[in-house]
Formats: sequence, structure tokens, C-alpha cells
Amino acid sequence: MIISMKHGTPGLNENKNTARTMTVHNLYLFDRNGACLHYSEWNRKKQAGISKDEEYKLMYGMLFSIRSFVNKMSPLDMKDGFLTFQTSKYKLHYYETPSGVKVVMNTDLGVPNCRDTLHQIYSGGEDLCGVHCEEPPVQYERSHSERSVLLQAGQLRQGAPLLLSPGRL
Amino acid sequence: MAIFSVYVVNKAGGLIYQYDSYTPRAEAEKTFSFPLDIVLKAHDERILVSFGQRDGIRVGHAVLSINGVDLNGRCTADGKDVIEYLKDPVNYPVSIRFGRPRLSSNEKLMLASMFHSLFAIGSQLSPEVGSSGIEMLETDTFKLHCYQTLTGIKFIILADPRQTGIDSLLRKIYEIYSDFALKNPFYSLEMPIRCELFDQNLKLALEVVEKAGTFGPGS
Repeated sequence: MIISMKHGTPGLNENKNTARTMTVHNLYLFDRNGACLHYSEWNRKKQAGISKDEEYKLMYGMLFSIRSFVNKMSPLDMKDGFLTFQTSKYKLHYYETPSGVKVVMNTDLGVPNCRDTLHQIYSGGEDLCGVHCEEPPVQYERSHSERSVLLQAGQLRQGAPLLLSPGRL
Repeated sequence: MAIFSVYVVNKAGGLIYQYDSYTPRAEAEKTFSFPLDIVLKAHDERILVSFGQRDGIRVGHAVLSINGVDLNGRCTADGKDVIEYLKDPVNYPVSIRFGRPRLSSNEKLMLASMFHSLFAIGSQLSPEVGSSGIEMLETDTFKLHCYQTLTGIKFIILADPRQTGIDSLLRKIYEIYSDFALKNPFYSLEMPIRCELFDQNLKLALEVVEKAGTFGPGS
């Protein structure tokens, strides 16, 4: 339903009466060992000040620690676990599959819970490459060139404001 | 009863105050006959379930009491090692209560320091300029809210995900801290808070929020 929306489809903007503009800053994909499978950036205003490799490691390490922290702190048994966190300027959304693949998305504060969007990014709709796992190692399969993957991920992001606006649900 | 705990962390990341309100704990008590089909292992002064999840007993749950008597670390109240006790068929049938382990004070200290670092990393990895650290962390069973003051003290509240009014409660706790801890002449900065009036007023503030939901403009 939602994935078949393409950028520039006429009539999409008619739902704007309740839609808010939302920004997706960047997206990380990690495998179960912590290796970064994919990173996309659309609207990032500030770099971390360290090399990309170190940034991936820091991000993965932070998420690993948050998961263990949340596991210990929780008063009840958790089903989904850690979902999101937010600061004064951005919100980080987290989704982990049972196979250990982690999808992490940074957005602005207006975005509500978008766990199913992250699941769609992982499983791949008609327009996207999902993450395909082959034994061993885990491979991120590209059906076309690198450029078209980014283009497709960008289309999802541009479709995302409408995915997430209340009118669409 | 939707506010679980309050933590206050100083500039250096050390825990200086901790209060646990009523927390719902997932617990299950069952009677077992020999042999016990749940695999237990000793870990860090506790006996944990490592295999055999069923009927509300999950992996990671600790053995809380045997035959109604609370355990003393790894031993029963009379001093017998629990794993040995449960290997002996003479002691069966036995009633064991399992549940999520409560955090010891040491663990709370470590978790508070861990959060202090995570707060800073959240700010460093920000894609936007001028971001603060982690102000709200959401899971499916609780929400953690954090307010960092200009002097570097963090007030952390763990609450039910549906609880409202936490932001004003955090500001209120800051007020209570400055009124009853900072103005206390015997209190030293950055040290653990041991001020009775602080405890009393904090409990009152939590009660108000749990009943009414939020503070009015006058309070």
C-alpha cells in the first residue's frame, strides 16, 4: 500500500492538511556483529568529528549499551525492548530483527513511532532492496548499482512524510 | 503508581540519590517435583534461569524464594546452597518463586554512570547542531526522562510509558533539590543526598503527579 507510492505521484500532496514536514537525517544498518552494512545521509548538519569507521563503531556501541541498560532497568519483561530516544534536536529510532540486523534512523522530533517503516526498510518493498542474508557472511544485496540503491532509499524518505502523517494511517 | 524510580546523578556521573517507588514486578510461583526441568545457573550472587522458559518463568529471571522463604544470595535462609538443595530429591516437592531480579545498589551505581556516558554520546552523534544529550528514552515497558541542569546535575525518572506531566515533575524535583539539599548547611555538593526533608518532599511531589497528572501553574 504505502511502498507503491513513488516520488512525484500526483495527488499525494492533497493530504497535506494534516501532514507535517518531517526530516530524516540519516540511516544506519548494522549486522549482528556490529559491522555497518549501509549508511545513508540526507540532511545532516553536523558531523560527529571522528572518522566514519569510528562513528559506526560508536553508534553500534552506544546501541549495544542502551540495550543492556534497558534490559537491566526494566521492571517488567520486555517484548520489543528499546524503541527510540530523543534529545532536544533529534530522535533516534531503533529496530532490531531476530537475526540481529539493526536498523537505526535519525529524524527530527516531529516523527512519531515509525517501527514499521524501519521494518519495511529491512524487509524491502517493491521499490527497495531489502537486506538479504546469505551464509556466510551477511551480504547486503544490491539489485542495481550503488547509486540506484541510494535513489530508492531517498524515495522512501521523500515518501516518509506522507507515510507518517496522521491522515495516511 | 506509574512512576517507578528517581535517580539523581552528579556532574561526574556518580549516583547521589536513588528512590524506588512501587514497581510492578513480573513474578511467578510454582510447585515443582523432582527432577526440576528448569536449568539454573549461578551468576553474580544470584541464581538465574538459563533454560526452560515456561508458564511466566522467563530466561533471566532469578530465584527469589524457596517454599516461601526469601533467598540469601545464592543460599537459602538456613545457609544451604540452592543448586545443591535442588539436586536432592528428598527436598521435593518444592515451591519456587521466580521473578525479575531487583537491582542491587552497586548495579544502580553502575547503571547511572552508564547512562551518564550514553547521554554524552547521544549528544556527540547528533546530526543536528546544538543538541542536548538523551532527554527521553522509550521502551515498551517504561519511559526514561532525563533533565540536565545548567550545573551538570541530571535528574532521571523512570515511569510508565503513558504517564504524563513528567517534564514539570523534573523541574519540580530540581526545585526540591535546591530547597532541601542545597540549602541544607550540612550537605556538600556532588555528595550523596541524605536529607530527610528532600525525601519527604520528593515523595509528596511523586504522589501529586501520580494522582493529578500534572502540576498547576501555582505550585
